[in-house]
Amino acid sequence: MSIKSQKDFVSGLMFTTTGAVFAWNSALSYEIGTAGQMGPGYFPLVLGLVLVLLGGFIMFFSLVVETPDGGVIGDIAWRPLVCILGANLLFGALLGGLPSIGFPSFGLVVAIFALTGVALLADAASFNLRRMLVLSSILAAGSYGVFIGLLNLQLPVWPAFITGY
Amino acid sequence: MDLLANLATGFAVAGTPINLLYAFIGCLLGTLIGVLPGIGPVATIAMLLPATYALPPESALIMLAGIYYGAQYGGSTTAILVNLPGESSSVVTTLDGYQMARQGRAGPALAAAGLGSFFAGCVGTLLLAGFAGPLSEIAFAVGPAEYCALMVVGLIGAVVLASGPLLKAIAMIILGLLLGLVGTDVNSGMTRFNLDIPELTDGIGFVALAMGLFGYAEIINNLAKNATDREVFTAKLQGLMPTREDFRQMMPAVLRGTALGSVLGVLPGGGAVLASFAAYTIEKKIKLKAGETPLGEGNIRGVAAPESANNAGAQTSFIPLLTLGIPPNAVMALMVGAMTIHNIQPGPQVMTVNPELFWGLIVSMWIGNLMLIILNLPMIGVWIKLLTVPYHYMFPAIVLFCAIGVYTTNNSTFDIGLVAFFGLAGYIFTKLGCEPAPLLLGFILGPMMEEYLKRALKLARGDWSVFLTRPLSAALLAIGVLLLLLVLLPAIKSKRQEAFVDD
Repeated sequence: MSIKSQKDFVSGLMFTTTGAVFAWNSALSYEIGTAGQMGPGYFPLVLGLVLVLLGGFIMFFSLVVETPDGGVIGDIAWRPLVCILGANLLFGALLGGLPSIGFPSFGLVVAIFALTGVALLADAASFNLRRMLVLSSILAAGSYGVFIGLLNLQLPVWPAFITGY
Repeated sequence: MDLLANLATGFAVAGTPINLLYAFIGCLLGTLIGVLPGIGPVATIAMLLPATYALPPESALIMLAGIYYGAQYGGSTTAILVNLPGESSSVVTTLDGYQMARQGRAGPALAAAGLGSFFAGCVGTLLLAGFAGPLSEIAFAVGPAEYCALMVVGLIGAVVLASGPLLKAIAMIILGLLLGLVGTDVNSGMTRFNLDIPELTDGIGFVALAMGLFGYAEIINNLAKNATDREVFTAKLQGLMPTREDFRQMMPAVLRGTALGSVLGVLPGGGAVLASFAAYTIEKKIKLKAGETPLGEGNIRGVAAPESANNAGAQTSFIPLLTLGIPPNAVMALMVGAMTIHNIQPGPQVMTVNPELFWGLIVSMWIGNLMLIILNLPMIGVWIKLLTVPYHYMFPAIVLFCAIGVYTTNNSTFDIGLVAFFGLAGYIFTKLGCEPAPLLLGFILGPMMEEYLKRALKLARGDWSVFLTRPLSAALLAIGVLLLLLVLLPAIKSKRQEAFVDD
């Protein structure tokens, strides 16, 4: 027996595991109760079990039913994946700081330059320093105008060690 | 006639030049802020609420109505242009709207959304003015069992939304329902599945989830393609306005969407959202005319119907607010807040004690819709210009606006981590051929469904047959089964055909 659709097999596996984690957790940590007197664990336990079943069916069919293109998952786009998510995470860390590990807030402007730079790296062809600086400056000025000037959002704009907060 | 006299009272209040000006300013601000991805109507109203404190009550509510409609339309704009649903009701709009934009038909899509909403808004206003009293009775006749059945129908509808395999779509809904349960359980006060992270006590934020699954996953997918076939949008834009053919396709869809939205909007709790999903389901089930683009690949009906349903629902969702004093959704809750700030107690007595305000508000809703169309039809050209910006300038900006939008919802760095997590999940889902739209509906309905299921079974002392013995609930479930069969049948038929071909 061979896998006829990679996509379906992996997604079935994903559903079954997730369902099992939810069901396991609800059964262990929360009171189940009865249908007439449901505890906090009842609904998630039922849903989790259903998800385990559905995932099982999906895996089963992926082994039996032929798919035209073999349901190949294909290459993972590591570069854009890491760069886009990384740019976003870096932005969050720089904007708000991470007090738990003593990482100071660098404020909106630094965060925007970092986000733009890392995000542009996602596409090898489109990165060049001038473009990054121009785009960052436009975005920083625009964001400052809209979010700080017009909407008056409470965001740190400059690094904490300069403003002294 | 009562209706006309009432509307005349309303126009006398809302139609003064100064109030028209407030409606216009509200619409303008709402649209401008609403098009920022990640900032939906709730956030927009919350941000602009303080600006209305100093105004007289009527003007303040009129301006807020303008902001509401502007923000809602702004949300649809981003849904169509960059595949970012700003709020739950524009999730469906992304399905066909974004495809239309990719084919160079962003103009007609935006116009269809605007015109459909305007028409639905007009009908909704008339309904509200004519039947506010009797319609509120519907809300009483519907018990927890019926709500549960209604949600099951809604979820089955979500299955139809996905164009992929049925089982995967159902699994995605269940996954969504489970994700919706993360956070504090309202009944026991217990926090569930929060992994001991304090930020998850209030549950997973809708904005973070939607931005990650739709926005980030889409960007990563676009960048993964070679630069040559990354033509995200076809260079040539085919006209700003819908063609006559478009109008012919659109009109019946708008009518169906409006009817459905008006009815479902009356139900407190997510009626308008369900309406947009249900309207899309119906459109998808209607047989395609010869040469018509299938739904999900850029059919104008897929934009017009849910947008009309959503707007009609938004209009009739005022009925429970004004007659029972129950805010049906977060936006309405903010409106109640605004009313109390101005010393108005929302509820049945508003209609009798303060008729100028009541009818003024209803008419101002309509004026808000009108302003929106006046303001936005000429602006379609401007929005479309945005699409001609090269993608390598566009995507960092989209990532930035998403990140700022998500951060400012709770002023929390954790939410930015969350959106990255769901961006990763969204990418995995697309790689595995699982569609995120059903998950999102499950997520929205999850907590409500648990609540009503609990209540229904408690009243029935744990007897599951209650769903079949109550006629309305049984009828709704029958509709659900019918829908499911409708989806399944073509699949069975095509499978059988394949089998015959193999022989």
